[in-house]
Amino acid sequence: MLAKRIIPCLDVKDGRTVKGVNFVDLRDAGDPVELAWQYSQQGADELVFLDITATHEGRKTTIDLVKSVARQVNIPFTIGGGINELADAEILLNSGADKISINSAAVRNPKLIDELANTFGRQFVVIAVDTRFSEGKNWVYLRGGRDKTEIQTEDWIKEAESRGAGEILLTSMDHDGTKNGFDCSLLKKINDTLTIPIIASGGAGSQQDFVDVFQQAEVDAALAASVFHYGEILIPELKETLRRNKIIAR
Amino acid sequence: MIGIVNYGAGNIFSLTATLERLNIPFGMINQEADFDKYERIIIPGVGHAAVAMKKLEDSGLADAIKTLTKPVLGICVGMQLLTSFSEEGNAPMLNHFPLKTLHFANRIDLKIPHVGWNSVELENDCPIFKEISNNAYFYFVHSYFIEFDNSFTSASCDYGVKFSAAIWKNNFYAVQFHPEKSGRDGEQLLLNFSKI
Repeated sequence: MLAKRIIPCLDVKDGRTVKGVNFVDLRDAGDPVELAWQYSQQGADELVFLDITATHEGRKTTIDLVKSVARQVNIPFTIGGGINELADAEILLNSGADKISINSAAVRNPKLIDELANTFGRQFVVIAVDTRFSEGKNWVYLRGGRDKTEIQTEDWIKEAESRGAGEILLTSMDHDGTKNGFDCSLLKKINDTLTIPIIASGGAGSQQDFVDVFQQAEVDAALAASVFHYGEILIPELKETLRRNKIIAR
Repeated sequence: MIGIVNYGAGNIFSLTATLERLNIPFGMINQEADFDKYERIIIPGVGHAAVAMKKLEDSGLADAIKTLTKPVLGICVGMQLLTSFSEEGNAPMLNHFPLKTLHFANRIDLKIPHVGWNSVELENDCPIFKEISNNAYFYFVHSYFIEFDNSFTSASCDYGVKFSAAIWKNNFYAVQFHPEKSGRDGEQLLLNFSKI
């Protein structure tokens, strides 16, 4: 049976992790490769690296990072951030990335999704969507949640799917950082319309939150950052909890 | 030493990185004469099966593969190339296995592609699964599958339909999942192949 996936997310800037990390037995908490290795040993199913490097020079560091992760880590990983064109994606693919995650660039230029899917296969293309609720509707936000668009989340996700997205990574800005649980009702509503996998993001605070999102929204994967980085949730224990709740976990 | 068939279908960085990590020596097969340099052969592949088949034919390596008597391991699309036919592009393949590569669409009521870790049931004593437990998890990413077959399926997987996770015939082995991305069990499988 296909297992539900648990995905730690690492923010990296100039080749170093930036969000706080408080991990036992870590030689260098800023080294994303070491963190990635630790997570793979603990039973993480996949990893996401969000590259927030701004400079051109920094991109080279990112490519070196992708190569190092591919060399040392034996589970799949996705890299997102700053991918604007086919050439950006190709160099990351050739450096060992399994998937790329695209957010703003796809909204600005939806044809990019078609091009990426046709060139590299749709399994390579993760479309990340940041959403926030206001005036009775769900709206797509860009630039890490700073800019509101006039696009409704449900519409955009359907378009992304039809253009060739292989997976949707949906982050609820309303829930992100609250540790009050994932946005199960929105995730379920979206998931019911999708024929491609969906990754839930935003709001994880407890093991029960993961149980809820898998049981209530039936998502394929759940992503979180700080609860893992600070050791508030240990992946082996989380997997045990999932299995106890009859959720298939590896 | 393992030779990797280098026909330009998809990225092989993860595969070569994993072989390096496992201290399994390897080189690239770019032309027919290169087959003589290696004891074992890996056919990698990601992407579109018909496109991969065309590239393999254009590389001039397709006919040589059919005649190999050394251990061969096909991975993902590299596995599908060994079947008789793929619905992806409706193209004839190398036909080492009398099996078809079919699309999940319209055959299952689940999400496509099949992405993630799925458990694999061992069907016989295939040497590439030595020291790997029954129902171990491997990482899959694919929209096309090879039908289950009593004679050739050495490990099966269930995703709405029971299909071939691994097939085996004589010196030809092939897996649908990505051993280079499948944690310790995937590494064990590659080590097993390197010792056949």
